[in-house]
Amino acid sequence: MNAAREPLIGRSVERKEDYRFLTGVGQYTDDIVLPGQSYGCFLRSPHAHARIRSIDTAAARSAPGVLAVFTGEDLAGVGGLPCGWLIKSIDGSPMKEPKHPVLAEGKVRHVGEQVALVVAESAAQAKAAAGLIDVDYDILPSVVDTAAAAGSGTAVHDDAPDNVCYTWSIGDESAVNAAFAQAAHVTKLSLVNNRLIPNAIEPRAANALHSPADDSYTLYVTSQNPHVERLLMTAFVLGLPEHKVRVIAPDVGGGFGSKIFLYAEETALVWASKRVGRPIKWTAERSESFLTDAHGRDHVSTAELALDAEGHFLALRVHTTANLGAYLSTFASCIPTILYATLLAGQYATPHIHCTVRAVFTNTAPVDAYRGAGRPEATYLLERIVERAARELGMDPVELRRRNFIRKFPHATPVGLTYDTGDYEATLSRVLALADVAGYPARKRSSAAKGLLRGIGYSCYIEACGIAPSNIAGALGARAGLFEAGEVRVHPTGKVTVFTGSHSHGQGHETTFAQVVADRLGLSVEDVDIQHGDTGKVLFGMGTYGSRSLAVGGTAIVKALDKVIAKGKKIAAHLLEASDADVEFERGEFRVAGTDRKKTFAEVALAAYVPHNYPLDKLEPGLNENAFYDPTNFTYPAGSYVCEVEVDPETGRVRVDRFSASDDFGNVINPMIVEGQVHGGIAQGVGQALLEGCRYNEDGQLLTGSFTDYTMPRADDLPRLSVELAPGTPCTHNPLGVKGCGEAGAIGSPPAIINAVLDALAPLGVTDIDMPATPLRVWEAIRRSRS
Amino acid sequence: MSALAYHRPSSLAEAAKLAEGDPDAKILAGGQSILPSVKLGLLAPTAFIDLGSLGELRGIRAERKSITVGAMTPHAAVAESREILERLPALARLAAGIGDPQVRNRGTIGGSLANSDPAADYPAAVLALSATIRTNRRALPADGFFKGLFETALAPGEIVTAVEFPIPKSAAYVKFPQPASRFALVGVFVAQTSEGVRVAVTGAGPCAFRVKALEEALTRKFAPQACDGVAISRDNLNTDIHASAEYRAHLIPVLARRAIA
Repeated sequence: MNAAREPLIGRSVERKEDYRFLTGVGQYTDDIVLPGQSYGCFLRSPHAHARIRSIDTAAARSAPGVLAVFTGEDLAGVGGLPCGWLIKSIDGSPMKEPKHPVLAEGKVRHVGEQVALVVAESAAQAKAAAGLIDVDYDILPSVVDTAAAAGSGTAVHDDAPDNVCYTWSIGDESAVNAAFAQAAHVTKLSLVNNRLIPNAIEPRAANALHSPADDSYTLYVTSQNPHVERLLMTAFVLGLPEHKVRVIAPDVGGGFGSKIFLYAEETALVWASKRVGRPIKWTAERSESFLTDAHGRDHVSTAELALDAEGHFLALRVHTTANLGAYLSTFASCIPTILYATLLAGQYATPHIHCTVRAVFTNTAPVDAYRGAGRPEATYLLERIVERAARELGMDPVELRRRNFIRKFPHATPVGLTYDTGDYEATLSRVLALADVAGYPARKRSSAAKGLLRGIGYSCYIEACGIAPSNIAGALGARAGLFEAGEVRVHPTGKVTVFTGSHSHGQGHETTFAQVVADRLGLSVEDVDIQHGDTGKVLFGMGTYGSRSLAVGGTAIVKALDKVIAKGKKIAAHLLEASDADVEFERGEFRVAGTDRKKTFAEVALAAYVPHNYPLDKLEPGLNENAFYDPTNFTYPAGSYVCEVEVDPETGRVRVDRFSASDDFGNVINPMIVEGQVHGGIAQGVGQALLEGCRYNEDGQLLTGSFTDYTMPRADDLPRLSVELAPGTPCTHNPLGVKGCGEAGAIGSPPAIINAVLDALAPLGVTDIDMPATPLRVWEAIRRSRS
Repeated sequence: MSALAYHRPSSLAEAAKLAEGDPDAKILAGGQSILPSVKLGLLAPTAFIDLGSLGELRGIRAERKSITVGAMTPHAAVAESREILERLPALARLAAGIGDPQVRNRGTIGGSLANSDPAADYPAAVLALSATIRTNRRALPADGFFKGLFETALAPGEIVTAVEFPIPKSAAYVKFPQPASRFALVGVFVAQTSEGVRVAVTGAGPCAFRVKALEEALTRKFAPQACDGVAISRDNLNTDIHASAEYRAHLIPVLARRAIA
């Protein structure tokens, strides 16, 4: 312990977890082989919409190695997969919640829906036997198109005959109408936010074990939130005692939201494990991931922005249709509402906003949170229409933004949020310098000399992270709390194990959280281990999503640290024969104020566990504290991005040439990890803007069901990224002053890229293009504008 | 799972005998197309006849007026061959642009030609360079070899042994990649050969084909601008989610111009 060493917060400490990942000794769900292991395979629907007349499993049951075959009929007494957020329609009626069966019951409603589970001695035998199941389908017409679903005449669910799950709104419609009546200028925009397929590098997997000794279950699963998974599965679906189910999410290879949800597969495995009497493992093939991981985005929107003669925003009106897919996934309902429309103010002081959201069922895979979850959709719409307004008014898009920035905090928006702090001018000014906007005209000329069109695009984003104050979320329909829990276990030698309800699946919590703890306790990072992802070890947890881990999970740990230090002071006071109030703790030492009498943290820890000289009459032995933290507000990371593209007008190919980002994440614990998060987010934003587009045909068949047709961003799709973490405005309501950084890149980048593409194409008369701006789309837009 | 026999013949004659004896067997060269197809259940051959032991099918031989590439030569060897880099660099560059390093070290020229994938690169080179495809039975001219989607002039059981490329006066290949797979959305190979200017296209139709209109325009004047305004019919061109037939037709003269610029 070195009392004089540098603070650990703010240092790019190398990631502790990388050793095991880089040397191949990580433990992922598929790595786990249990004694007596058997394997599951799901037979999936080849049709988007069909009635199941009959299922003949006889041949499969007698196939080599088969232990059991289950269909929806076997699970008749089991509940449906629940949705965790109740949204009410404008008329006050609750959203439609048709049953989301674990195995299809009577009908299938999307290609890839699980129809039967085959359990066998080997994965190959299970798969071969699944191919022997004969399902007699009566194929029905399918509903695929988001915009047309409500009027299609075909119902995905009988209890939602018009396919509308809810029609919800936020904001003061009459105030918006009045503002539009006064407007000097109205800019209109229709756009699509393209549907995305998550594609985490590790496919979903589960391994379920039943122990007859105490009638308990253990589930290993690729989850971002094992406690929530357990709660939903036991209380709402299987009716199992919660304390008899242990859920372990070991190393998880990426989530991006897609592993938040309770899925049918792991639920079926837990249920079947008792019946089969063997542990059952299932690992998705990549084609199953494409078909059944909850997809993201898929909005069709129209927007109108009212401005006065000086370019001040008066009001924003938005109508969005959001595709929820065939069934309500765990958080599907809140993504296009609570996490979307509440962000439509962006960084601007627009006084009036009204947004209506119609959510529809279709015969496609369920749609739920995907990196950014609602906030990218809001940012894309807002930053597109702002840029279009600037073009229509002949104003510099930077100046138009500046004119409308919120400059006083706290700021209550007309869509329900109160921003605690921010400095949008600061991030904008910094990114303009970083991007060398002054040098843009020369670069444009040099592109033109090569026959290429250069464009520049801006995006000023805001997001609401640190999800969420439980009472506010509850008032908005959440069926769960959104706090986080942490436990600090100090061992007798002064080493520390921390248990957190957050889950790391790429974020580097084992390093970042250890930095926070080591810094507070005056230890080295090596003295602190972070444990997560196991309901058998961690007291409770709400999990990792919505850039909440450090702001909420980290704060819970800090609260527990405060308790450890408070107790440590009492122990030290006893040892130093001082009063509690006179003991200070700094850099690993308890010291009597104004003296050189001190005890190290390790000495105090040892006294707590070997309480020979100890105030046993006043204090329990041991040094182990936990805390639950429920935030009082969201956090509001914000920033400004600038993108430059070159478009080849002959082929339509777009190349991102420069990308600059200035982000205000408040205080930063590990800049290297944070910059990495921004890099990854921007890569996904480039994916959404230029490359990725999930496509179904009119029969509901997935046309982009493999990497042959679904374009993931590759390294050579990206330029060198200029990312700068602004000095920042620390969050005002959590002790670390942190805001969250995991989604920013994916939220802020798509509009910057598309704005740049449209700027490049403006001389050709192109005014609109939808994502992804593939070569074909760009070429077609150019051709249309020329004809 | 269906049973699948595996043969690894030690001579071309033995391979031919095995192939002729089982019409549902498949020749296994580099396996970069056939193995994924079998794994996905799109093909269910009775047997693989693996040519991997036939060393005589592997290697590059430079002659005075041509270069002969053995059928089992992997793309990486073509890409790195000193003779090809010096005398037919367009072919080396084409090979260097196929797939990824793993594919280039397993995939072979013979396998690619026999498969006749509509978006494969080699067929464009073979057609534009007027190469000769040698088999265990005969020598086939490039013209007429590619018959259609995954269809060639090879008879059942016939095995490609080598490809002979005459050295052209000049040659270049430009590929516009399909964004996801990075196969050729359209690839255009232009060559000035002893038979005149030849322009071959891959990725755009059911199989590689020559474009007479561009060949005539470039024969009149071998210059980039000769390609401008050459209209390509969209008839028989592919339409899929990545490109319409119109777009592919548009790209053909654009890429031809870039090939010779």
